[in-house]
Amino acid sequence: MSSLILAHTRYLVIEQIRVPIGILASAFFPAVSMLAFVVPFTGQDATAATTATGSLMFFGSMSSALIGLSSAVSQDRELPWNPYLRTLPAGPLPRFAGRVLSTLIVVLLSAIPVLLVGALLTEATITPAGLLLGFGALIVGVVPFMLMGLFVGFMLVSKAAMAVSQLLFFPMAILGGLLLPPQVLPEFVQALSPYVPTRGAAELIWWATTGLRPSAVSLVMLAVWTGVMAAAAIWAYHRDEGRRFS
Amino acid sequence: MTILAQAIEVTRRYGDMLALDRVSLDIRAGELIGLLGPNGAGKSTLINLFAGLRRPTSGTVKLFGGSPLDPAMRRGIGVTPQETGLPESLRVGEIVDFVSAHFRECVGTAELLARFGLGDFAGRQVGGLSGGQRRRLAVALAFAGRPRLVFLDEPTTGLDVEARRTLWDGIRAFHQDGGTVLLTSHYLEEIEALAERVVVVGGGRVLADDSMRAVRDMVDARRVSFAAGELPELPGVLGAERANGRIDLLVSDPDRLVVELVRSGVPFSGLEIRPATLEEAFLTLTSKDAAVSGLIPSTPGRTLAHA
Repeated sequence: MSSLILAHTRYLVIEQIRVPIGILASAFFPAVSMLAFVVPFTGQDATAATTATGSLMFFGSMSSALIGLSSAVSQDRELPWNPYLRTLPAGPLPRFAGRVLSTLIVVLLSAIPVLLVGALLTEATITPAGLLLGFGALIVGVVPFMLMGLFVGFMLVSKAAMAVSQLLFFPMAILGGLLLPPQVLPEFVQALSPYVPTRGAAELIWWATTGLRPSAVSLVMLAVWTGVMAAAAIWAYHRDEGRRFS
Repeated sequence: MTILAQAIEVTRRYGDMLALDRVSLDIRAGELIGLLGPNGAGKSTLINLFAGLRRPTSGTVKLFGGSPLDPAMRRGIGVTPQETGLPESLRVGEIVDFVSAHFRECVGTAELLARFGLGDFAGRQVGGLSGGQRRRLAVALAFAGRPRLVFLDEPTTGLDVEARRTLWDGIRAFHQDGGTVLLTSHYLEEIEALAERVVVVGGGRVLADDSMRAVRDMVDARRVSFAAGELPELPGVLGAERANGRIDLLVSDPDRLVVELVRSGVPFSGLEIRPATLEEAFLTLTSKDAAVSGLIPSTPGRTLAHA
């Protein structure tokens, strides 16, 4: 079974690396934001630079998770290759696990350019253990967005999935304080911020990398979003199965 | 003979549409079965049921004695993907490796590609293949896991004559080694060239299930052609075509038709009567299900009435 999961993961990773536009798109914008805003303005402040690096790494990863997964899943459903795979002697697990693992790999890859800019051009500092913990926080934080990507991908046709996932992505990124630190945001945004899952994910990363204490509300909301999105993704999966394969 | 796959009183509906209506079919080890029928007759639905892609609305589908929904049962089958859906960015060898990884026994990438004339393309990305090469790769994938039973849905559509012959040889070789094949095709000559047993479906039902010869004899249609002008209504006409001043009729009873033609007093010349091909035979079986317009292209000069 594990060798089959590996085969599926390998093939999905190859597919994404050969046509790397998705990875580049996810990595490009946050890296440019780092260069344009963080390096010249807060690059000298170690704590601010570190949290900004964490936020923008998550920005790229979240884009890969939400936009990447929703478009991959919705396109899959439209290609006749997908029903063919179901005639092969494997249940849905290797395919699903391969999809999740390959997305995780891309999620991590798309965080690297920001990490490099942060490490080389700012005063951002981190211990090796802190970095590892930070990546752990990033993976935990990205889970609800992967589930959201699955939900959108199973619900909509690919063109609509692309548009909807982008529409979800930017407001959540801004509300969660990924582009600008929450304390400089307008008051109504600050009031809303703890309730979007991006805020909880960001606080988790800041906690892991700089020791900044997270607020309980944000973390609870992150857990709530993860649960709700898991239920929604499972529901959408069964709905799609029923339509195409019952 | 061992029954490899079996449909028992299978009915399948899609909403209000009845795709299969109480169909029963046994696929026995070592058979090479041609599945014929017009578009929408239920051929693909039947294959989808055997391959575990769909469940029957009622009735039972068995694969190697178990359920096609059980992955372990599907280890013994091979299915052809549609070549339009092959992952573009993967290399030919990578796709074969990937599919082979699902099976306990496999042919091996190099040997499989060589067998289907793709030996030089292992390192080529699928996006760079011609339509015919994709088609061959798609058919090759059905054989990757050393299956006992393969479902080939339109295996040679879009291939040139030479490539089609090569593929036929491949299918025959598989069959001679004891493999079982269920084949559908738009090319009826393909069914005539390969199949021993023919199953004709139309309107979701099995209309005929017998040896190739028996199916042809059973319908016993004849082609009657002659040159003439306007014709009156004639009895027993299953299909009609007019080209270059000649009229081509597919009829069940040529004697009666000729008698009626003479009796009508319409002048005609160059009368020819010959046995129908399998294509025409199959048309007579399905004509009750409004398939006439599907196989005989309508021509502007068509003035003939159907029986």
